Parts: sequence; C-alpha cells; structure tokens
Amino acid sequence: MREVYLDNTASAPLLPEVREAMMPYLGDIFGNPSSLHNWGDGAREAMEAARGQVAQLIGASTDEMIFTGSGTESNNLAIKGLALAQQNKGKHVVVSAIEHFSVLHSARTLAKWGFEVSEVPVDKYGAVDPDDVRRNLRDDTVLVSIMHANGEVGTIQPIGEIAAVTRERKVLFHTDAVATAGTIPINVTEVGVDALSLAANQFYGPKGVGALWVRKGARIIPLLDGGIQEEGRRAGTENVPAIVGLGKAAELAKAHMTERMKRLSGLRDRLLREVPERIEHVVVTGHPRNRLPGHASFCVEFIEGESMLMLLSSKRIAVSSGSACTSRALKASHVLIAMGLSHEIAQGSILFTIGIDNTDQDMDYVLETMPPVVDRLRQMSPLYARFTKASKGGN
Amino acid sequence: MPVYSEKVMDHFTNPRNVGEIENPDGVGEEGNPICGDMMTFYIKVKDNRLEDVKFKTFGCGAAIAVSSMVSEMAKGKTLEEAMKITPKSVADELEGLPKNKFHCSNLGAQALHKAIQEYLKKQKKGGEDNGK
Repeated sequence: MREVYLDNTASAPLLPEVREAMMPYLGDIFGNPSSLHNWGDGAREAMEAARGQVAQLIGASTDEMIFTGSGTESNNLAIKGLALAQQNKGKHVVVSAIEHFSVLHSARTLAKWGFEVSEVPVDKYGAVDPDDVRRNLRDDTVLVSIMHANGEVGTIQPIGEIAAVTRERKVLFHTDAVATAGTIPINVTEVGVDALSLAANQFYGPKGVGALWVRKGARIIPLLDGGIQEEGRRAGTENVPAIVGLGKAAELAKAHMTERMKRLSGLRDRLLREVPERIEHVVVTGHPRNRLPGHASFCVEFIEGESMLMLLSSKRIAVSSGSACTSRALKASHVLIAMGLSHEIAQGSILFTIGIDNTDQDMDYVLETMPPVVDRLRQMSPLYARFTKASKGGN
Repeated sequence: MPVYSEKVMDHFTNPRNVGEIENPDGVGEEGNPICGDMMTFYIKVKDNRLEDVKFKTFGCGAAIAVSSMVSEMAKGKTLEEAMKITPKSVADELEGLPKNKFHCSNLGAQALHKAIQEYLKKQKKGGEDNGK
C-alpha cells in the first residue's frame, strides 16, 4: 500500500544531508562550546557557523540570534522576555486571536503578572487587519505579537503592514514565524519586525531546536537563569548537534526555497481544487490564495475530524485535524472559532500539509481514498441523515 | 503505543449494527455536535427483549466504537439486562478507552437507555389507553 505523509506541520522528516551534518557532533566532536580547550573549539565553531546559516535565512545579523529548545520556547522567551524588560514603560501587549498556544498562553501568564492583553480579531479567512492592530495600540503598549502564518489554516498575515503600524508608534513587534521560516521568504530587515521565532523541524531539521532572533538594542529578560550562554539570554549548555542540524536545514531551505515553493503550491492547488470537486459540502478553511505553499485545509460537514483522520490512517495517509475530539483538551480549535465557523462545522476539520517528498501520485491516492472515507462516515452520521431528510422534504 | 486498543480499532473500522430501524419501538439520542459526539439509538422490542438495535453516530473513533459495542452488548438482551449496561462495562468490553475520552465519547449506554425508556413510556401510555 502507498504511504502518504501529509502532516509536515506536526513535523517534517529529517533530510539525509542534515542528519549527515549532525553526525560528527553526536560522535567525536562532543565538547561543550563554552569550554576553552580544543574540544570546546570544535563545538563552538560549528555552532557559530550554524548561527550564520540561520541568520542568512532571515536576513539577520549573526549576533542577534538566540538558540532555543523549540518554537514554543522561542515564543515564550519573546513574549515574556520582551514584555518584562519593558514593564517600566507600560504593561499592555497585543496578540491576535489565532496565535499558537505558546504565544496565547504566554500572554495569559503575563496577564497573571499584572499585564493587560488585547486580542486582535481575524476575518473569515483568518487574516488580521493592520488597522485593527492600530486600534488596539495604547500609550502603554510595549509589545505586539502577530504570527507570520497560521499552521492550522495556512493564512499568511500582512506582517509588513503591521510592522509599519508598530514602527510608527515605536512598539516592539514579534512575529511567530514557525510555520513560515524556511518555507517562504522572510527578511527581517525588509519587513521591519523586531523579533522572530522559528523551529527546525518545520523545514526538515531536527526536533528540539529553535531560534529567536531579536533586533539589536531590544532588551530581553531570560526565562532560564544560569550560565552566560547565548550572551546571557538563554542559559544552559547548547544542543550542538541539533543546532548544527538547524543550520544545515536553514542553508538548504534558502538554497532550494523557490523550487520547493513552486512544487508544493502545485500539489496544494490540486487538493484545494479537487477535494471540494469530489466531495459535496466541504469548506476550504483559511485564505484561498494567500496561504502557505504546502497547506490545504478543509472542514467536511456532517462528520468529525478524528474519525476521518483515523480511517485515512488505516489507508496509510497521515493528516491532522483541529476538531475538539482530536485535541487533548477536547476543545474546538480556537482558530476556526475565531474565523467565525460554528462548533459543528469546526468538528469536521482536516488538514493536509504537503512536504517536499510528496508527488502527484500521492495526491491521486488521497483524492481517490478520501471520498469513500467521507461517505462511510456520513452514512453513519445522524447529522447527515437529518440533512438529507430535510433537503428531501424541501423538494 | 497506539492511543486506542485493538478492540476499539476493530469496532471503529468495522462497526456493527450501523443504521436506522424503520418504525422503531424506541429512539434515544445523547450528546450534541457542539461538544463533539452525538449518538442516536434505535430499538425494536419483542417479548421484552431487544430484537434489534441500530445506531447512528457523529463523533470520534472512540464514539463510533462505543456505539458499535453497546449495540452488540444490547442485542438479544432483556430490557432489564440492557438497562444494566454502563459506560464502565462498555469501556471494559472495549479493553479500555483513553482517559480523556471516557466521559465525552462514552454516551452509548445513556442513548440506549433513553431509547428503552421511551419504549417503556409508550407501553405504559398504550396500556392506560387500552384500559379506558
């Protein structure tokens, strides 16, 4: 049976070149980059080379890059660290309603610490209006955090326009670029953001490593106290093999970005077009065009996402869902609800995130496997029975 | 380790007794699509026994497996026996359910009991009517 992995947002596979680059640092070159002897030198040189590779990916300067343990850690450090460092100036932060929980929950923690948090709404496509950001700015606003793209619905935010708003008001702007860095071009200098989070496993690097870029001059309070690694902004011995992997993945992402984007968008557009053609009562979620290249997301009416995911999994197709039943908290996706979808429709969420190994044949297999899966679950669904009876009655 | 037991996967991928019964003796519905899962049970009763049990379910893998298992456990039982099926006994027969799914998805027994209660209510009413 064909195996089709379409859950690259959960984690993309490690590229063989990346693994190869990491191997020496899981072997002979095991030193601590803070050590002053030869063993330390090798590790430090590799780590600094990786810092350069990651900086190049986002058009940043090398000394502004902090390595972290994940995208989640980068977001925590940005939200809490940048807000705390400025609390004498003000205690108000602005986020969007569809941020990742590592941003939203960090903001919630700030609220417990006496900050005020404003949430900017999104439209039905999941897009933030820069004017809404402007309306939420106050004299005591010290930080705005709006993601570059949402991993659940794929919509890309107008961060350049938002940055213009925050610059004008001299408020720091952080963007969670975990879904975009290494996938679509982003240049922090051109866009004008002040801080940016990224994670390696989103672009074929290893898990357990991310980075936070912070513009020079912006103060940040560290979350971890200890040694003075990462210029005192993140204590703890650095994860050298993973950092080397992040660097290599960043280098490859930059080199192959255009061809990868072209390929992924082609496959994505097939799903966006053909899934609703082949299955009735399907809603595309997120922006129809302005979305991540490998990202196709839908809500299938009258059925629930987890059961769809599991039946597809039994056919060796890996997808994910934002349905309440799929989440460990058993709550409907805050993203879909913020976009104005009903709880009932949001339950049918299904998400395909395409990777560089996927082919047209994979899409054929998905397009031929999915309709019978949906049909089977609909035949079981009391909601579908109600709908078909009502529409017959209407005729 | 997979999230669901083999038994749950078996009932999820090959659910027993899916469908509706025409002119059922009782119908019971539990849950709603907002919280996630919704189950409708249909029963046919003969000589105080559940001659047929069918269901329709909107929900996750656990909800579908629970419905299938309840239908299998209930079919052929007396009404009194069927009323003794509990969420716990269903979960045990399924060789366990994930902790977070125990309450939200395990609504099959309640939906079946509602169908039986509806049947009993109708019987009682019918009996009274006959007596007049």
